[in-house]
Amino acid sequence: MSVIVYIESEENKIKKASLEAVSYAKKISESLKKDLIAVSLNLTDFSILKNYGVDKLYNISDDKLKVFEVNIYSNNLSNLFNELEPEIIVITSSANSRYLGPILASKIDAAYMSNVASLPISYSPFSVKRSCFTNKAFNETSTKKSTVVLSLSSNSYGLHENKSNLILEEIKGIDSNSALKIDSLEKLTNKVTIADADIVVSGGRGLKGPENWHLIEDLAKVLGAATACSKPVSDMGWRPHSEHVGQTGKPVASNLYIAVGISGAIQHLAGVNSSKVKVVINNDPEAPFFRSADYGIVGDAFEVLPKLIEGLKAIK
Amino acid sequence: MNILVCISNVPDTTSKINFKNNDSEFDSNGVQYIINPNDEFGLTRAIWFQEKNNAEVTVLTVGDQTCEPILRKCLAIGANKAIRIDAVPKDGFFVASQISEICKINKYDLIICGRESIDYNGAMVGGILSNMINCPYVANCIGLSIDNKKATLEREIDGGKEVLSCELPVIIGSQKGLVEETDLIIPNMRGIMQARQKTLEVLPANSIKNLTDTNKFFKPQPKKEVKLVDSEDVNELINLLQNEAKVL
Repeated sequence: MSVIVYIESEENKIKKASLEAVSYAKKISESLKKDLIAVSLNLTDFSILKNYGVDKLYNISDDKLKVFEVNIYSNNLSNLFNELEPEIIVITSSANSRYLGPILASKIDAAYMSNVASLPISYSPFSVKRSCFTNKAFNETSTKKSTVVLSLSSNSYGLHENKSNLILEEIKGIDSNSALKIDSLEKLTNKVTIADADIVVSGGRGLKGPENWHLIEDLAKVLGAATACSKPVSDMGWRPHSEHVGQTGKPVASNLYIAVGISGAIQHLAGVNSSKVKVVINNDPEAPFFRSADYGIVGDAFEVLPKLIEGLKAIK
Repeated sequence: MNILVCISNVPDTTSKINFKNNDSEFDSNGVQYIINPNDEFGLTRAIWFQEKNNAEVTVLTVGDQTCEPILRKCLAIGANKAIRIDAVPKDGFFVASQISEICKINKYDLIICGRESIDYNGAMVGGILSNMINCPYVANCIGLSIDNKKATLEREIDGGKEVLSCELPVIIGSQKGLVEETDLIIPNMRGIMQARQKTLEVLPANSIKNLTDTNKFFKPQPKKEVKLVDSEDVNELINLLQNEAKVL
């Protein structure tokens, strides 16, 4: 019986969301007076896990695990989990983890809970708070199953350091195949992704056209932020769909969300609600976004943004 | 080619979300129900296969009688027939189990589930179904072409996309990008009339136990009032973000 956290890494770098998952799982393992076990794939530099309380790390090494493939990953993980008999498995809410979670849970006969937004409310039966209605509400979900896989909402718990003596056990991957073949992978390596970003700068119709997007990009650059856009902007083809945030686009759960020229339709607000601090810049004081933002400027984006960029450059 | 499109009946995206019976149930009073948007992108893609490749499109939902209007809408959009499994869906595992029973009886080449429903946001039916019926699954699917029983699929990943291929059958988690918003089909009068003649089969649910229970709902804490900064004093905003909100 144990608490396990799955460590997501890319090119040997542990994702920040995984450190949040470790922090969260550590708190649970302390409540249950158990060791915290972590499982990683093909990781060589794991020293940072000692700062977040991992007691034991199983690292599965295999050439087949170099690139994420859901079936091979879930076969390897479920094989190990069936041996360790965990009660609670914590994963992140990255695109890959949300893909992996239900398949993995099904393979090890566990209950699966996504969008988890709180520490367990009770352990018997096991229950947590999770977000639903695309962040417009929360529900309390419980299970009587002895094993549960939790996908933790990003930025819902935060990072909490906790020193530990990590014991490493290297294991080999199992022989496993997938019906799915990965033909190619296109990834922008020089850009911050919306999923990983601490700050997201988002533009709407108020920017009047794609030719003005340099303002959004410049602001994002000085802040080290990801760029995003509203639904009409992606529907009109000003920006790619991958930047559309909202109910039918990507969810945003950043520390800071800056919305420029976005009125704040209910579907947009739902998608960005989990962000900690929201700033809105809009020339319409009646824009609904002002009612759900923390800070606002009523003003012309074309005047405010250059000043904001200059001001930020001065402090950076 | 046989296609199954799994449909969720969800509150309209603009609905005010309220709860009743001591916050234990969603209050559907005054709420308009729609085809889950992620499912509708998938249905549209399926109709294109019907038009070009003569595919037969079946829509399925797990729900009580109140779900029938959206199944009729799917038929009006062009689906060939509809199946309703008569049960109130309890969780994603329960729904996936019911769908898996149908997939054991009828053979489908392509099974489409929306990426997630916009009400419970479980995002799990496709994945669990994949393991239950041993069929590959591609989540967050933004591109699909089928050539002679071979599928080529695009999956949206954080910061990019991945191209995958497999032999049919395959399950996909559909979302915007698989088709565009402007591609969605609005039923015309002919479609609506034809939909009345099409088969809507009601099947009893299998006795499967759900794995999770939803006990209580909460609304987010009311937001503090927005702090407005003068547009001439942008540095004050920087100061607030740095020293008050501490996010810079």
